[in-house]
Amino acid sequence: MSDEKISQAERDEAAHFASRAAAAGVARPLAGKGDTPASSSAEPPTLFDVQEMELNFGPQHPSTHGVLRIVLKVDGEKILQAIPDVGYLHRGTEKLFETETYPMGIPHTDRMDYVAAATNNHAFCLAVEKLLDVEVPRRAQLIRVILDELQRLSSHLVWLGTSGIDLGAVTPFWYAFREREQILDFFEEYCGARLTLNCMRIGGLPFDLTTGWIERLFEFVDDLPARIDDYEQLLTDNRIWKKRTVGIGVLTAAECIEWGLTGPIIRASGVEWDLRRAQPYECYDELDFVVPVRQNGDTYDRYVVRVQEMRQSVRIIRQCLERIEAGDIRGKVPRVIKPPAEEIYASVESPKGELGFYCVSNGTNRPYRMHCRPPSFINLQALPKLAKGHLISDLVALIGTIDIVLGEVDR
Amino acid sequence: MAEEPKPPAAAGHAEPAKPKPAAADAAGHPWVASIRAALPDAVVAAKEFAGQITVTVAREQIAAVARHLKEKEDFGYCVDVTAVDWKKREPRFDVVYHFYSFSKNDRIRVKCGAAEGEAVPSIANVYLAANWSERETWDMFGIRFSGHPDLRRILTWEGFHGHPLRKDFPLEGIDTGAAIYPEEWPEGGGPSPTDPNRKVVS
Repeated sequence: MSDEKISQAERDEAAHFASRAAAAGVARPLAGKGDTPASSSAEPPTLFDVQEMELNFGPQHPSTHGVLRIVLKVDGEKILQAIPDVGYLHRGTEKLFETETYPMGIPHTDRMDYVAAATNNHAFCLAVEKLLDVEVPRRAQLIRVILDELQRLSSHLVWLGTSGIDLGAVTPFWYAFREREQILDFFEEYCGARLTLNCMRIGGLPFDLTTGWIERLFEFVDDLPARIDDYEQLLTDNRIWKKRTVGIGVLTAAECIEWGLTGPIIRASGVEWDLRRAQPYECYDELDFVVPVRQNGDTYDRYVVRVQEMRQSVRIIRQCLERIEAGDIRGKVPRVIKPPAEEIYASVESPKGELGFYCVSNGTNRPYRMHCRPPSFINLQALPKLAKGHLISDLVALIGTIDIVLGEVDR
Repeated sequence: MAEEPKPPAAAGHAEPAKPKPAAADAAGHPWVASIRAALPDAVVAAKEFAGQITVTVAREQIAAVARHLKEKEDFGYCVDVTAVDWKKREPRFDVVYHFYSFSKNDRIRVKCGAAEGEAVPSIANVYLAANWSERETWDMFGIRFSGHPDLRRILTWEGFHGHPLRKDFPLEGIDTGAAIYPEEWPEGGGPSPTDPNRKVVS
């Protein structure tokens, strides 16, 4: 009699959990204790031995740095599989290029990697210049390099601040964005825009520098190394930062090459490859700078490489400012740009990696096909490999360390 | 080049001092010779423009060519995979690959033609980096890659009909309700021929 009562209570409990499990999407036949004698020969499955769960990470999660959705298969906190789902920000930029003239394409590139518009402009212009065989005047080359390196600084500062905040380091964010504001002020003074710069033209530049810009930039770059020291003081030897980053998401050099990873990621894995050094464009070949390389290929090393790159950018800017001389800012470009019916690929070292444009011309004033090789998109491919076996909290560190911009991933 | 639809238009600004950049035949280039030696019937054409080598190969041979370039010529890094829609040409599409060699510090561009509905052998098993790029090419142009491990749409969503970078896809897009009317918007077919908003660009 009492036995029956207990089993009735147990049955109710089992039914309660069964309904909850069904609501949670767990498809597993429940066998309560003493419920069905037919299944008693099999091993009684326990209620909470569900190993695998599907979890949607994003698209509105702040640490995805945009609209990135990742479908996670997790076992508790451990990631068994991570499947990125991209395309939420797809605007058909490559289609738009085809319908507009070459100069009209430049503002569209601003909207791809929207934290590094100058390098996007540069890659686009470089492709068309190669096709036209146009020489860029020396003054324009130097200013382009300054703009590129300022953009690299500002992009790395955004990366430093946001990926720090992802891992709980709130303070560096305020420091990094303070300096970024100053860089954006320089851009604003130069071209009127702070983010979507549209600051280059085919064959040169749209504007010359304003009075006093060079002097103020000298002051800024003199000041910056001390500020980078401040960030390093907050993070480099920080025990929590190291615990969250050392040994997380390790990539070997061979894996990086196989996955097509570029930029700071491949340099943190021991490959000294930087397009500014390997295939110099503009006047990078005459500038004295070091390509920072680290050997471990983990999240910490990628952090160190980016911070060292910021120091090198400061060096490059200073050298350019010293070399700058009076001269033209635009080369001899026809009023109507009609490149020969050929195809070209040109790439620059953007803050994220190799940013290339493949341009097919049919001899008219509009590109027949303009394709962008986006570093963020290709780098993001490695996320499933990086995330496998790590914890969900490490995924945040890994998304940060790839340094994606969804505008460029989705285009 | 036979596959270009138009000869280069004469520019209004004549500059006699500088010769116009022109493509040269690159059949004798060592990389082209190497491909030809390993795969005798693969190379269709080769040209050089602005220091960039372009090799056109047979569609069936593309995976073999990629493997040869990777293993024998040390082009270890697949930069990019994309396509060009020539609309009126036969075959309609060019699938374009860029490879980079760290030891040579140089790039090679490999192209192969693909007609409407023809599948191109996937190189995602040769270069892991080509996986997403091939998915993007499938999504944007509707070119299938045979042997691809996971050929799904990537930038548009599953169930989207049409391939946006085809020249006959309207610039203003299609009604995204299209996905629920497969009889009116056939998969892979671009915009419906009966659509009054259909506009053919370029």
